[in-house]
Amino acid sequence: MTANGLFQISLYFVALLLLAKPLGVYMAAVYENRPLFLKRILGPLETGFYRLSGVNPEQEMGWKGYTAALLWFNLFGGLAVFALQMLQAYLPLNPQQMPHVTVDSAFNTAVSFATNTNWQGYGGETTMSYLTQMLGLSVQNFVSAATGMAVLIAMIRGFQRTHADAIGNFWVDLTRGTLYILLPLSFVLALALVGQGVVQTFKPYQTVPLVEQVGTATENNTQTLALGPAASQIAIKQLGTNGGGFFNANSAHPFENPTPLSNFLEMLAILLIPAALCHTFGVMVGDPRQGWAILAAMTLVLISLVFVTVSLEQGGNPGLAKLGVEQSVGVGQSGGNMEGKETRFGIVNSAIWATATTAASNGSVNSMHDSYTPLGGLVPMWLIQLGEVIFGGVGSGLYGMLIFALIAVFVAGLMIGRTPEYLGKKIEAFEVKMAAIVILIPAFFILGGTALAVMLEAGKTAVANPGAHGFSEILYAFSSAAGNNGSAFAGLSANSPFYNIALATAMLVGRYGIIVPVLAIAGSLAAKKTVPTTVGTLPTHTPLFVMLLIGTVLLVGALTFVPALALGPVVEHLIMVAAKS
Amino acid sequence: MQTTIKPALILLLCLTALTGVVYPLLVTLSAQLLFPTQANGSLLGSDEKPLGSELIGQAFSRPEYFWGRPSATSPIPYNGGASSGSNQGPINPALIDAVQARIKALRDADPSHSEAVPADLVTASASGLDPHISPAAAVYQINRVAIARHLSPDSVRELVDRYTQTRQWGVLGEPRVNVLKLNLALDQRLK
Repeated sequence: MTANGLFQISLYFVALLLLAKPLGVYMAAVYENRPLFLKRILGPLETGFYRLSGVNPEQEMGWKGYTAALLWFNLFGGLAVFALQMLQAYLPLNPQQMPHVTVDSAFNTAVSFATNTNWQGYGGETTMSYLTQMLGLSVQNFVSAATGMAVLIAMIRGFQRTHADAIGNFWVDLTRGTLYILLPLSFVLALALVGQGVVQTFKPYQTVPLVEQVGTATENNTQTLALGPAASQIAIKQLGTNGGGFFNANSAHPFENPTPLSNFLEMLAILLIPAALCHTFGVMVGDPRQGWAILAAMTLVLISLVFVTVSLEQGGNPGLAKLGVEQSVGVGQSGGNMEGKETRFGIVNSAIWATATTAASNGSVNSMHDSYTPLGGLVPMWLIQLGEVIFGGVGSGLYGMLIFALIAVFVAGLMIGRTPEYLGKKIEAFEVKMAAIVILIPAFFILGGTALAVMLEAGKTAVANPGAHGFSEILYAFSSAAGNNGSAFAGLSANSPFYNIALATAMLVGRYGIIVPVLAIAGSLAAKKTVPTTVGTLPTHTPLFVMLLIGTVLLVGALTFVPALALGPVVEHLIMVAAKS
Repeated sequence: MQTTIKPALILLLCLTALTGVVYPLLVTLSAQLLFPTQANGSLLGSDEKPLGSELIGQAFSRPEYFWGRPSATSPIPYNGGASSGSNQGPINPALIDAVQARIKALRDADPSHSEAVPADLVTASASGLDPHISPAAAVYQINRVAIARHLSPDSVRELVDRYTQTRQWGVLGEPRVNVLKLNLALDQRLK
């Protein structure tokens, strides 16, 4: 690795960790309804929303009421996205006259955006009208993120409270998260991105003449440039761990991510809120060290894997080296495996992004993961399979990680023969059962879905690359859907009825099949009393616990997925290496 | 149940109006005011007669122009209306064949050249619209362009140097050359 590469990686993590703390403290203030500067401006809007919808912000809900509110809200949100896609031909702001979307694709996209997955079977600039992007997709980018954060906050209240039957008001958590956190951050980021060259306009697509004129037909001599109100959507798709691109090539598209600086800001936005929420958690449970411990576990895993991915991609493709391609890093080029990567990002910024976007359940890309070296592509896929808990989605990453923390104290409790406790709450049979469901559901749908797809003709014909890599494409797709990530080995032609329905199912279960048990745990914890800390209590803020937590996550992830990974990326790697000699 | 459905519907409408209408409109308004060039696609030339976008590459295949990254967009390369990468895996025979053909095309256009080819010049970009090549890939083509244009290699090299961007703030990203701007400069259409 070059000195500059090392410096760019360090700069990224330093900036991330510096920004996370103040934002985390601020978010705790938002959810605990303490006085805020922004409330003076947006406060009347908040009260207005409650009045219009008949919500009493003081009235809290039990876990079942909270769950019901969340599910109804997400259902209506999904339906709205579906309807917009079916009707966009008849609606305004459609300068390219996009026809309606096919039913199965519209269903898949509606589920995808409501569940914060943002898997895209379609290409943005060839499918969606400006109106659908704004009114459907952008809105879900905001509220699906706010939904994930609300669930996390409800779970934290479970730890905070004793003998309580309520875990908060979903409408209030949803509104405050959107109004005071996501909206202001997005506005600032969107303008910064436009300054770098991200487009933000309602004009129709621009036509320009080609410099090198070819042929005689006029259509051959012009280039069409897709435009649109992109920056406003890109800001929230990065901040809300959504990841659904405005354009097909996502953040590899120069209008979506034009410069190294825009790239740095967008990468920062991927992990900013998930990292900051660790501090929010620490503040809200009254012990900041608990937040630091979780953040340390996440950061250690991520940094290690960033170095792995960078060095694997920098190593290049031995098949091309044989042909006389210069892939070593030099003064004038970044070298490495450049298929599917952009020159301005090179190897280092492509590999950091690929690792960060799959560690978080963001799923936006600035390079094509399908063209990564076999093991370089294994890392992002495995990060998704770990359960999207290394930072993970906004809210969902941390509540997933807290589930692993419960498993970790449970395992530790078994070893020393004590009832496990976490943050003063006894972890008993009910919590452990629910935690087991949370961990088993994605694994079941990833492996089961992949198995189903490789048995069916409809599953196999979609594959773009022959051999083991084709299997990897399918495995990645189901991992991405069940993990609510949304990135892809994009060669897979997933816009077919089979994949649209199968992946939508995986997304739905991967989201709500986890949210419901997590909220059940929150309800159960809130009702319990707090047990006092004794000398026998396992401290959960120490390096020992950080290691225990990392071990639990990695062990579960490795045991579940190594056999499947062996059939895809590992086989492909062995073939590639064998061909070298 | 009614107490849940009504707030779900109305709050969705409120939040849609805010994040789906007010927010994008406010961003558009501010963007058009603060950064009108960037917000509309960073076009080169005048508004009435644009020469292309600074950020979107174009296809070049004649010897007198610098060539950009191979593009996998369909149905034509550098289709600005449908971005896409090749998504070919590293051991896909189609990738190996494609790279082989690209190396051959470079060698055929400049038979005197036998050095190894910089990776970015023969591999498809992620977007299919990459406006840049590495400085090494530009240097690789200087001789060919100079011969085709009856210019001295030094004068072409000078131009390449002028259009080579360093890392942003000296740190971020990678050094690169904007192919469209370099070719427009060669044609003396860029001030």
